[in-house]
Amino acid sequence: MTFLGMPATAPRGVGNLRGEEPFPAAAHKALANAQLRRNLSHATTTIRGKSGAVISELPDWQELRDAGSALKAATMARLPELLEQLEAKVTAAGGVVHWAADANEANRIVTGLVRATGHERVTKVKSMATQEIGLNEALQAAGIKAVETDLAELIVQLGHDKPSHILVPAIHRNRSEIRDIFLREMPGVDPALTDEPTELAAAARRYLRETFLSTKVAVSGANFAVAETGTLAVLESEGNGRMCLTLPDTLITVMGIEKLVPTWRDLEVFLQLLPRASTGERMNPYTSMWTGVTPGDGPQNFHLVLLDNGRTAVLADEAGRQALHCIRCSACLNVCPVYERTGGHAYGSVYPGPIGAVLSPQLTGVADNASLPYASSLCGACLDACPVKIDIPSLLVHLRNEVPHPRSERVAMAAAAYTMDHPALYTRAQHAAKLSKHAKRLPPPLNGWTASRDLPEPPAETFRDWWAKR
Amino acid sequence: MSSRDLILGRVRAALRDAAASEVPRAYRSAGTDEADIVLLVDRLVDYKAVVHREQDVAGVVTSLEPGRLVVPPGIDRSWIPADATIVEDEHDADAVLTAATVAIAETGTIVLDGSPDQGRRRLSLLPDLHICVVRQDQVVASVPDAIARLDPRRPLTWISGPSATSDIELNRVEGVHGPRNLHVVLLPPAPARAF
Repeated sequence: MTFLGMPATAPRGVGNLRGEEPFPAAAHKALANAQLRRNLSHATTTIRGKSGAVISELPDWQELRDAGSALKAATMARLPELLEQLEAKVTAAGGVVHWAADANEANRIVTGLVRATGHERVTKVKSMATQEIGLNEALQAAGIKAVETDLAELIVQLGHDKPSHILVPAIHRNRSEIRDIFLREMPGVDPALTDEPTELAAAARRYLRETFLSTKVAVSGANFAVAETGTLAVLESEGNGRMCLTLPDTLITVMGIEKLVPTWRDLEVFLQLLPRASTGERMNPYTSMWTGVTPGDGPQNFHLVLLDNGRTAVLADEAGRQALHCIRCSACLNVCPVYERTGGHAYGSVYPGPIGAVLSPQLTGVADNASLPYASSLCGACLDACPVKIDIPSLLVHLRNEVPHPRSERVAMAAAAYTMDHPALYTRAQHAAKLSKHAKRLPPPLNGWTASRDLPEPPAETFRDWWAKR
Repeated sequence: MSSRDLILGRVRAALRDAAASEVPRAYRSAGTDEADIVLLVDRLVDYKAVVHREQDVAGVVTSLEPGRLVVPPGIDRSWIPADATIVEDEHDADAVLTAATVAIAETGTIVLDGSPDQGRRRLSLLPDLHICVVRQDQVVASVPDAIARLDPRRPLTWISGPSATSDIELNRVEGVHGPRNLHVVLLPPAPARAF
């Protein structure tokens, strides 16, 4: 039973945190797609090389990681006062702060704010939080069209597809697939469009320019919010973020409550960590920072929606709360041998890869994403790559312990424990195992184990028999 | 109960066992390194900006054939070519000429803060060519040096090369929604004022 005021997980029936099938089933299908594996392997190999090169330019990368990790821990420890400070600063600077306990409330708030403007179309800057809560679907249900303006999000939206990567939602598409989507779905596109990336980018520029200039409301996420000053920051590459953050009359920013940093100075750490870990750049092309409303410059109506949607439940788990330190760089996806083979869709959540395998079950409650903590070989590459040093392998093991285990497994484990506690029984069981020498599969309910593994051949002589003869 | 109180109550309940800890700042903080102009130029060029070292800004602007030019209200008038076609609205402009607030050598980044010689944010966004004038005394070594100089209450735009994307096969390609051409004119430090 949950009481009002107790940390709560993200509600069912809304948003994109739960898959339609368990990871092994979805991964099985993805693994059959050779084109997908080629695209992912090419893209993740490219980004690993770029990221490694720019990280090696900094003599103090490890010190920056230490600072980033500690800053996030310090932020979480003081979260209530920092959230109140942020609210006060944003309000003082002319913004309006809203609090959304879950996805439904956030969608209701944003829909209401857009309706109040009288407009029926919004431009969007890529935002994980709004993907998480299913905002586009909620807006559509209310008759409001949401236009994704990030190139990869546009590819996903035009392709009637789902995002498969935190940073590059269309990472599963190669250039010729992107050209085909544009030719099929982009109104007014030049039929002679080739698959040259510069031409594809130019096509997106032409397509969205008029939309940017004529849309009066924009919705964004935020990479960071500074409690001390009320300043918000969005890091991007294309300039679609700048368009959305400066051209409309009304800006609505949806942000998870964990995105805070305490002071302005703290940005000096994260603005070094994020671009190098994320796109493998010394700095992303554009970063916009704004504090409330600036008279004569940019949107004159600014709303900030602070989102819980399961974050307080993550925060309540002392071991698990470091998952909230994530700055959404996606470095852990790019180094993960499992992600590289299955792609992001198999995880069923907007947060795929190693961080998704810990964050999604924590946000929804482990029972609703029970297969994800197992979607890893625990090789540890994600921990090494994480710019804020989230110990993802330990978190995966921690969550595996919380997964409700099937009855057959519990019965088998209890039987094994009893047998091992009784030496005579154990000896007899070992001799019985020898008789299974010619069996290839275990009988139900243990056949799950042998569906993808060969049963090891039992030795001709048990250790106990050997020892007794000495 | 309001959602605000609900969420803050949940956070407090969740954090009962959390203790504040020290933040180690052993990384290179502001003031550690000297600003290196050669490094700045190298990093700007690496991300496809074009760098000009001539002191005649108007001459550089003319050589770039800017077409219809828009400028912020506080721009140094000596930078504008005598025969330039000046337009009032950035929607109609092919090029924009601005000053800057800070440049970061290590990352090749220029920061605009909306001062009168830089203009409101959309001014440097809509035209396809951005000519940005940076004085050497505005160049700092690192991100921490820039943070120390900037005022967070101003609207800030950090620019590192022309508009680009990494969304197609994770390779950087220049030229999406922002200016597709970035030219940087590097001037010597502003002359010291006589008192």
